[in-house]
Amino acid sequence: MTLLTVENLTLEFDTDEGRITAVNNISFEVNSGEVLGIVGESGSGKSVTAKSVMQLNPSNCIYSENTKILLEVEGKSIDVLALKGGKELQTVRGGSVSMIFQEPMASFAPAITIGHQMVEQLLVHKNISKADAIKISIEMLDKVGISDAEKRFKQYAFELSGGMRQRAMIAMALSTNPKLLIADEPTTALDVTIQAQVLDLMKDLVAEYNMGIIFITHDLGVIAQTADRVAVMYLGELVEQGTVRQVLKNPSHPYTRGLINALPKLDDLDAPLTPIPGDIPSPLERPRGCVFHTRCTLVEPRCSESIPKMAPHGEGHTAACFVTAEKVGVL
Amino acid sequence: MNNKPIISCRNLSVHFPIGGGLFERKQFVRAVNNVNLSIPKGSFFGLVGESGSGKTTLGRAFLRAVPITQGEIHYSDGEKNYDLVDLPKKELKEYRKRAQLIFQDPYAALSPRMTVRDIIAEPLEVMNLTSSREETDEKVREIAHKCRLNLEHLRRFPHAFSGGQRQRISIARSLVSSPRFVVADESVAALDVSIQADVLNLLKSLQNELGSTYLFISHDLSVVAHICDMVAVMYLGQLIEVAPTRQLFAAPRHPYTKALLLSIPNLDPDYQNNAKKLEGEIPSPTNPPSGCKFHTRCPHVVEHCRAVEPILEHPELEHDVACHRWQELINVDTISVASTT
Repeated sequence: MTLLTVENLTLEFDTDEGRITAVNNISFEVNSGEVLGIVGESGSGKSVTAKSVMQLNPSNCIYSENTKILLEVEGKSIDVLALKGGKELQTVRGGSVSMIFQEPMASFAPAITIGHQMVEQLLVHKNISKADAIKISIEMLDKVGISDAEKRFKQYAFELSGGMRQRAMIAMALSTNPKLLIADEPTTALDVTIQAQVLDLMKDLVAEYNMGIIFITHDLGVIAQTADRVAVMYLGELVEQGTVRQVLKNPSHPYTRGLINALPKLDDLDAPLTPIPGDIPSPLERPRGCVFHTRCTLVEPRCSESIPKMAPHGEGHTAACFVTAEKVGVL
Repeated sequence: MNNKPIISCRNLSVHFPIGGGLFERKQFVRAVNNVNLSIPKGSFFGLVGESGSGKTTLGRAFLRAVPITQGEIHYSDGEKNYDLVDLPKKELKEYRKRAQLIFQDPYAALSPRMTVRDIIAEPLEVMNLTSSREETDEKVREIAHKCRLNLEHLRRFPHAFSGGQRQRISIARSLVSSPRFVVADESVAALDVSIQADVLNLLKSLQNELGSTYLFISHDLSVVAHICDMVAVMYLGQLIEVAPTRQLFAAPRHPYTKALLLSIPNLDPDYQNNAKKLEGEIPSPTNPPSGCKFHTRCPHVVEHCRAVEPILEHPELEHDVACHRWQELINVDTISVASTT
């Protein structure tokens, strides 16, 4: 069942240096019980894309007119961008959509106990008594594998270790029973052994709650082990989309191929590391035509003239590249 | 690589005092505890560990950038020898010409008010390595060229550069004084994947060209596997395994090293990892556990581990391990990720 439909999302920021295009005309869907991984490097627009689902972008952001973000909740279709004011937005923000951030220390208030923050948001979103809210919060902390949940409930964020804090963050995000969870680099600040624990926990919870997840990361290994489908972003454009196997085993866009080749792999220590040539262009100087053409090894004259459209490379597998599309004969 | 060590330490400890108010007992963070390590000259030596394992502190101890609590550190590059623990201030300044640090965050490491030329030239001026401005400029241009920065770049300020370019500026600054020993502390951690490979290749080729020795500190095992000749694994202030890279990745011996390798998310979506994940988290270095420091998380712990601390053994040439049971466990939890050649 389709949970979230994003159509023609175009997002610009009004800044002192001029208008910056952060996201350019991207469309994707998220189904219930499915993990959509969004991969991209810094500045690719993956975070602002996810934040637009909750209208969390700052006030200098401008959505284009034909942008549509529809959330299907309990048979009703909510047009997220049409929501105005705190009350209406609350049904989405923290209600049917929750978010987990990268740095858990920065997302908990330092002078309020973990428990107080969990109860507070439950009381805002659910019509329950305070005693029930406390009970649910402690149960959730227990569920995400925090030992001694009642004690932790009364502690402050600084008293918890990094892994614990991220678990508490997950407990808080899930306590309101959201339909869609947005996880923005949830394991990037954690050590590998802790990352493995948190990823396992998230996988178990998706299966149990049957929600949809947007999982944002720059780490292709994490994507391979968690996501069902992947969307690859570069400079605000969606360059490739498909199932995790299609995209990682049979990448169609030169950028996705470049990313995979640049990654040091443990099963072949002799393989040379092949960087993608050049640097990511500044968003103020977006290349004309295909945004990747300045760094692409397959570049042709037409790449700098017109923008390639998403072309099918298999069932549910699309990529925006003239050259590779022609090779498989879909253009 | 049977070269003589450029730097070696014996029983090295670095403890930082914390607390110690009027009514508080003074405590110590045992960041580095009783470490013995030799880094062969000309090697690219990797140091891996989780946050809080003491890898940065160990790297800085080799540069005399932290106070040494106990132990010995010797530096010897064939021309100069230094006893780093009892080093007079004047000698320390001399040592700094030979040993340098490359920082992690290229956004924080460069002064926004200086041009790139001035940033790279500063070490030369501070250390009085050049006698005229022309000579300084000559050296700056030379190293900038090696780090793929052109003359146009040298006139600009750091804000005009991307992360990868900034890291190249930072590398140029560290290498302009031609150090023999370079500590690269998480030098690619802040970079994007597509840029990271580029900086790694640059570091490796500069090492080949200039013949210096690198201590490469990282939390990323796959990066270390690709660039280093030897690797030391650190846990809670101690070394638990030291081996040539291929051997470490092909046949890890310490249960912690094995667990680290198993925790790396595989790029193949069909890869099934049924091995048990490591539970718990790294204990606090103020109050480390008794016996083996890893016993609180080790899946193979026995009573002996809780009581007696294992020492870093040298069971055979060049593969050291600090575990009581490594021989019994040699075939347990092992995924072979690299072939030994």
